[in-house]
Amino acid sequence: MTDTKTPPEAGFETRAIHAGAHPDPATGARNTPIYQTTSYVFDDADHAADLFNLQTFGFIYSRLTNPTVAVLEERLANLEGGRAAVCAASGHAAQFLTFFTLLGPGDEFVASRNLYGGSITQFGISFEKLGWKCHFVDPTDPENFAAAITPKTKAIFLEVLANPGGIVVDLEAVAAIAKDAGIPLIVDNTMATPYLCRPFEWGADIIVHSTTKFLGGHGNSLGGAVIESGKFDWAQNDKFPSMTEPEPAYHGLTFYETFGNFGFTMKARAVALRDFGPALSPTNAFNTITGIETLPLRMERHVANAQDVATFLEGHPAVDWVSYAGLTSSPYHNLAKKYLPKGAGSVFTIGLKGGYEAGVKLVEGVEMISHLANIGDTRSLILHPASTTHRQLTEEQRLAAGAGPEVVRLSIGLETANDIKNDLDQGLCNT
Amino acid sequence: MYSDDLLTTILKSVRTIAMVGASPKWVRPSNFAMKYLQGKGYRVIPVNPGQAGSEILGETVYGSLGDIADTFDMVDIFRNSEAAGPIVDEAIELAQVKGISVIWMQLGVINEEACKRAEAAGLMVIMDRCPKIEYARLFSELGWAGINTGIISSKRPKLRA
Repeated sequence: MTDTKTPPEAGFETRAIHAGAHPDPATGARNTPIYQTTSYVFDDADHAADLFNLQTFGFIYSRLTNPTVAVLEERLANLEGGRAAVCAASGHAAQFLTFFTLLGPGDEFVASRNLYGGSITQFGISFEKLGWKCHFVDPTDPENFAAAITPKTKAIFLEVLANPGGIVVDLEAVAAIAKDAGIPLIVDNTMATPYLCRPFEWGADIIVHSTTKFLGGHGNSLGGAVIESGKFDWAQNDKFPSMTEPEPAYHGLTFYETFGNFGFTMKARAVALRDFGPALSPTNAFNTITGIETLPLRMERHVANAQDVATFLEGHPAVDWVSYAGLTSSPYHNLAKKYLPKGAGSVFTIGLKGGYEAGVKLVEGVEMISHLANIGDTRSLILHPASTTHRQLTEEQRLAAGAGPEVVRLSIGLETANDIKNDLDQGLCNT
Repeated sequence: MYSDDLLTTILKSVRTIAMVGASPKWVRPSNFAMKYLQGKGYRVIPVNPGQAGSEILGETVYGSLGDIADTFDMVDIFRNSEAAGPIVDEAIELAQVKGISVIWMQLGVINEEACKRAEAAGLMVIMDRCPKIEYARLFSELGWAGINTGIISSKRPKLRA
């Protein structure tokens, strides 16, 4: 039957404001209310049973679902062009939900070695205690992912725009490798946000976010999300029994058969989130929803300021190098033009001629720019990874992750660009 | 692609659904859909030759569409695409006497030839969709599970019992 009435899909800016949210059915409240409640009454015993059995949609307990959190989940699924999403208390929790749903003891996955330092520790050390083995590879050659795949490999994980190295990974090439291996490609899209890059359009199967960063955007709320494309065929091989075989933790329900293209999200929620409990608070969801409404505007300014500041620093006498994919000097500039045509994000690293000590002096010498361990705030942020986020790694790991002794990471905010440049300039004068 | 208006009209006008392939096992997708649709006020009559004469969710199971005693507006097909063909033909034959106006094939069930025959006979056909999921999507429940409904609207949703 030909469809003549469906309107064209709304634009990104419209969806950033409206997707997932509608006026409150009970009161007509236009803004999404904060449903600050732990639990929800059942209509009767049969309704309660239907909810617990997942036979109907609705609310039981805010560890599983909450109406405010649900608005954020649907909005993120919509903005990424995915089928469904489940939120978590942090980006780390979102990664845990993802891998718990995919892996069993003895399983393996392959990850880019250029990741947020906390992810390297989570994957390499803490996950190992659960019997999950991560093989880290240099992501700059996609074939490195293929070479590390074994019969036990269940997924590939990467950051398309890597933190902190300024590296852009050839997403389409790695997606083809994952497809050939019959395993999902998981992309952490935190640094780019769906405004700058939509990994599903290049073949990714699952996206994870730390919503704490640019999505929330104001440095006020932690949060994480797992989004599924709805296109991965979990039944194409026998690698994913948690999706295709009856689940003992859920009365023998088979999630892929029952929920189809949103089965992964249902499983991550109904088992991993239920049993481990890292639920997102409704207040944090509200703050993040509010942030996302201005995501397109903020990202435009973030990348414009970052381009301006990176260009300035590249010509500064105290700076040895600038690793920003928005600069023509970057070896990743062409990949950035392909995958991040609206801008290469606003987090990048610089190398100081004065080494480790110069790094410490710069982070202590800036006045307006904040010395702290976060990215994606309205405020400009600065960090010396070697003495903070990456200090628990070995020297070799630090160098591999782009966090050597002379490296300083910047997250360029929304202040007047000249003020950011002036503050860095005066800080650099003392190095 | 089916427009939201078309699906909403169908789901608002239909009251009785014959579900071909309804399973007595509660963890099966057909049983999930039947229970959900019952909860939304639809009468769902199960059709399953292997279960004829028994009961599923309080309803007598019939061996075929022709065996059903009452009239029904819609046939919901929980069988594979090939098996859907003869079921559609039976529904076309029974359309007048039973009052059938809609044939709905579940997610993954697509039979273009059968669809053409049914449309030529004046029936409305939906393929590769689930009425439970579409109901939940169009009446503001699906987003509760973090699923992308694709709906952008500033109208206050009217939840249906």
